[in-house]
Amino acid sequence: MSAKAYSVIGTRPIRHDGADKVTGRALYGADFTAAGLLHGAIVRSPHAHARIKSIDTTRALAFPGVKAVVTSADFPETAERMVDLGEGDTPLSYARGNVLAIDKVLYRGHAVAAVAAASPHVAEEAAALIDVVYERLPCVLTAPEAMLESAPQLHDGKSNLASQFQHVLGDAAKGFAEADVVVEREFNTATVHQGYIEPHNATALWNNDGRVHVWCSTQGSFVVRDCTALILDIPVSRVKVTPMEIGGGFGGKIPVYLEPVAALLSKKSGRPVKIVMTRKDCFEATGPTPGSFMRVKIGATKDGRITAAQAYLAFEAGAYPGAMVGPAGMTVFAPYDIPNAVVDGFDVVVNKPSTAAYRAPGAPNAAFATESVIDELAQKLGIDPIEFRLKNAAKEGTRRVDGPKFRRIGCVEVLEAMKNHPHYSAPLGGPNRGRGVAVGFWFNVGLQSSATLNVNADGTVNLVEGSTDIGGTRTSIAMQAAEVLGIPVADVNPSVADTDSVGFTAVTGGSRTTFATGWAAYEAAQDVVRQMKQRAAKLWEVEAAAVSFDSGVFTSGGRKLTFKELADQLPATGGPVVGSATVNPRGVGGSFAGNIVDVEVDPETGKTTILRFTAVQDVGKAIHPSYVEGQMQGGSVQGIGWALNEEYFMGADGTMMNSSFLDYRMPTALDLPMIDTCIVEVANPGHPFGVRGVGEANIVPPTPAIANAIERATGVRMTRLPMSPPTVMEALWSAGN
Amino acid sequence: MKWFDYECPRTVEAAVGLLSAPGRKVRALAGGTDLLVQLRAGRREADLVVDIKEIGELNELRLDSSGLTIGAAVPCYRIYNDPAICRAYPGLIDAVSLIGGTQIQGRASLGGNLANAAPSADAVPILIALGAQCLIAGPGGPRSLPVEDFCVAPGRNALAPGELLVSIHLAPPLPGSGAAYLRFIPRNEMDIAVVGAGASVVLKGNVFAAARIALASVAPVPLFVADAGDSLIGKPVDEASINAAAEIARAAAKPITDMRGTAEYRRHLCGVMTRRAIARAIARGKETN
Repeated sequence: MSAKAYSVIGTRPIRHDGADKVTGRALYGADFTAAGLLHGAIVRSPHAHARIKSIDTTRALAFPGVKAVVTSADFPETAERMVDLGEGDTPLSYARGNVLAIDKVLYRGHAVAAVAAASPHVAEEAAALIDVVYERLPCVLTAPEAMLESAPQLHDGKSNLASQFQHVLGDAAKGFAEADVVVEREFNTATVHQGYIEPHNATALWNNDGRVHVWCSTQGSFVVRDCTALILDIPVSRVKVTPMEIGGGFGGKIPVYLEPVAALLSKKSGRPVKIVMTRKDCFEATGPTPGSFMRVKIGATKDGRITAAQAYLAFEAGAYPGAMVGPAGMTVFAPYDIPNAVVDGFDVVVNKPSTAAYRAPGAPNAAFATESVIDELAQKLGIDPIEFRLKNAAKEGTRRVDGPKFRRIGCVEVLEAMKNHPHYSAPLGGPNRGRGVAVGFWFNVGLQSSATLNVNADGTVNLVEGSTDIGGTRTSIAMQAAEVLGIPVADVNPSVADTDSVGFTAVTGGSRTTFATGWAAYEAAQDVVRQMKQRAAKLWEVEAAAVSFDSGVFTSGGRKLTFKELADQLPATGGPVVGSATVNPRGVGGSFAGNIVDVEVDPETGKTTILRFTAVQDVGKAIHPSYVEGQMQGGSVQGIGWALNEEYFMGADGTMMNSSFLDYRMPTALDLPMIDTCIVEVANPGHPFGVRGVGEANIVPPTPAIANAIERATGVRMTRLPMSPPTVMEALWSAGN
Repeated sequence: MKWFDYECPRTVEAAVGLLSAPGRKVRALAGGTDLLVQLRAGRREADLVVDIKEIGELNELRLDSSGLTIGAAVPCYRIYNDPAICRAYPGLIDAVSLIGGTQIQGRASLGGNLANAAPSADAVPILIALGAQCLIAGPGGPRSLPVEDFCVAPGRNALAPGELLVSIHLAPPLPGSGAAYLRFIPRNEMDIAVVGAGASVVLKGNVFAAARIALASVAPVPLFVADAGDSLIGKPVDEASINAAAEIARAAAKPITDMRGTAEYRRHLCGVMTRRAIARAIARGKETN
């Protein structure tokens, strides 16, 4: 456990961007403006699957106020090649085709053309004047249907089954033969959206010198830079991306949609062009998370030892390959020490928007299946569901079905915290109520980060970093520098820089920012300390090695200078001190999360009310406990949304029927109890402060925990997400209630 | 959203004149919580938007011996902030206090909720249950219409070109009367009724002297189920009477299957919500007996 005493780490200072955020002065992408700004509008496909026969832009170009029109024909002519957009290799034509359709439209809302005009209203009217002739094709909307030989093919000459994998550990057949009880069930989960409040936006200026400047809302300015350059076939050095404040991303603001289009419109018009999506655009044409079909089978002995497990995971990638089935295969059995297991994963293209990451992508789907089956096994064996999990919990040295062996992890500690939490033994207090539990895992990532610290003469430091601030990361990064420098965190002034002004930094995603960019800030601070020691040595005419530094004070012999006092001496001792560091860390620590949830189900309407919800998570070390708790609560609430009401409600023709926040039902404050949090700290030995990523594991357990609670309340096991009132009511009817 | 002209008349006559403009798509604007959203989303079009919020009669909110008069532009918050109206018409308050969130209620009007003619309109079933009358001005002079005849199709009302809904009138509550509106939504707020049920009853001792029941979201227009209310008249106030009326309401519903629920589920909910609404109306009726 993390017991080391810190002066800054583990405190709860106010955030550096707090004043801007609460006064409304923080600048988001939609706030951006520039002289001569034009507004873009996108023409989107009304069909889920069609061949583009022709695009006639004549009427739009003739419309007063229109300055430019673009289609995929305006992409530079480049031979097909594989490109890496930050999530593995993909053909360039796919990367481009999702931005502006090439030859075919593959989902309703697929961008086909774009217009730039003097006002958003003119652009919108002109967009309606672009005449696109389509040859409609039959569409396919689910993975099992798309895998049939008779299914319509999305990509000519290529199977809808884009890829598949198999993980094998031990001998599953032998393991199932040893089991006394085997449970096997099929599960379906709906396509769901991240639902960030701020829609996608981008402004681009293609300057006369051939340089492109982009201002946008993104989780990764360098990803936008690299993708925009690749799609437009220009060197990365010609693209500069200034990340604006971001109103939520959750994985959905990693891909580029608008940036290359705005850049092409700017190139043609010679003016900056801004495009802002509507909510409907966000639902229909950005990257939701995959719907899935899963079959999970687990066997155990009478005394509660799991002997074997098997999973079949078919995920809907949407229009282009890349469903997050890989991570689902890595996490599906991760909480358990299972000697024999097989996992088959299938990445299947369907006529829905191309899916993107969403908070622990793939893991909530897989956990819904596994943790439901685990719960049913515990019931059949007559063992308490937490005890059953503890009996089989993964520990340091446990090998996952996908290969890696766990280093120090906190699965057992999370389960123990759940077992000992007062919630677990509290009375339910009424009829139609039930309590469910579940656990989940997310592995987290490392990746590259950079940070620079400029020491000011007044003893403060300016921290320059490249991670878009989501969830208070400016402060959680600054705190790690402050801890090293022995100064108050208010004396560290963090800023998120553009891509020309800071070293390469990967996305704010994978729960990596506090871990990796925090580590870069830690190393940059060490660099500052090293240089400051040399300055003190110079002043005191001693060897640098003779200078010590502790708690913000430099000493040598009887002499001492505080950080602030020494900072004032920098001009006289050689000039400014700039500390910098880059990292690409390996010691990533995975995070386990668990939930205890009480529900009440109205037997007449099928509506589930969440009465009490406790979120437990191993965070390694909570740098800023309030922000950690915020992540745990946020992930829990999104998980509750997946569980109860969120879904893409698709018409047979591939039209999303509920593309608004009115009918795409995310939980509101009135639908939720207080989400109680319980931080568990099992230090990650791979990080200087023991940090594990905390952003994602918390969304993994809510769906099965709620399903398990509904089962306890009604006796009916739900195997389909969302467990909306009509779905639960139908299940109750089927069970004869 | 396309450009449109905007006018803000001060009198009913001027508004009727503007609404009668030949050859133009004219829309009346009160709170705008439906209209502006529809214009932006392209679901309705307008060449001219006539803002009716500055017209005196349309802002009138008067409770007296003749009953309650609610000007068509009166926003919801004014209704539920009036303690006397809350006491006299708690069923109406059920509806006006759950249309949208607090900010929406500062703008959204009862008249607009009715004129928008959505099958799911929360205010309409309770207005039907309370026997409300619509007072209408137009080129041909004033007329009145029972609320149950006002909505004619999804998004279409009974107003002729140039006509304007001026106010809604409710009779004074009788002793022993009680009313309630309940809706079923998957969330607890910010949602559209999957099924809504409005019920009003007049109790004489332990017997129903009168009753009216109407439903939202289960037919092309808000549905007045006269038979369900009539079935209660003369019956004892007990579970069997309530269940029988709820069954009539369930059978009368003609819901569709859509993203908000299947037809079968909605029919089932009609029975459940009607039963619960009648029970709440009875509880209120007993308080005033």
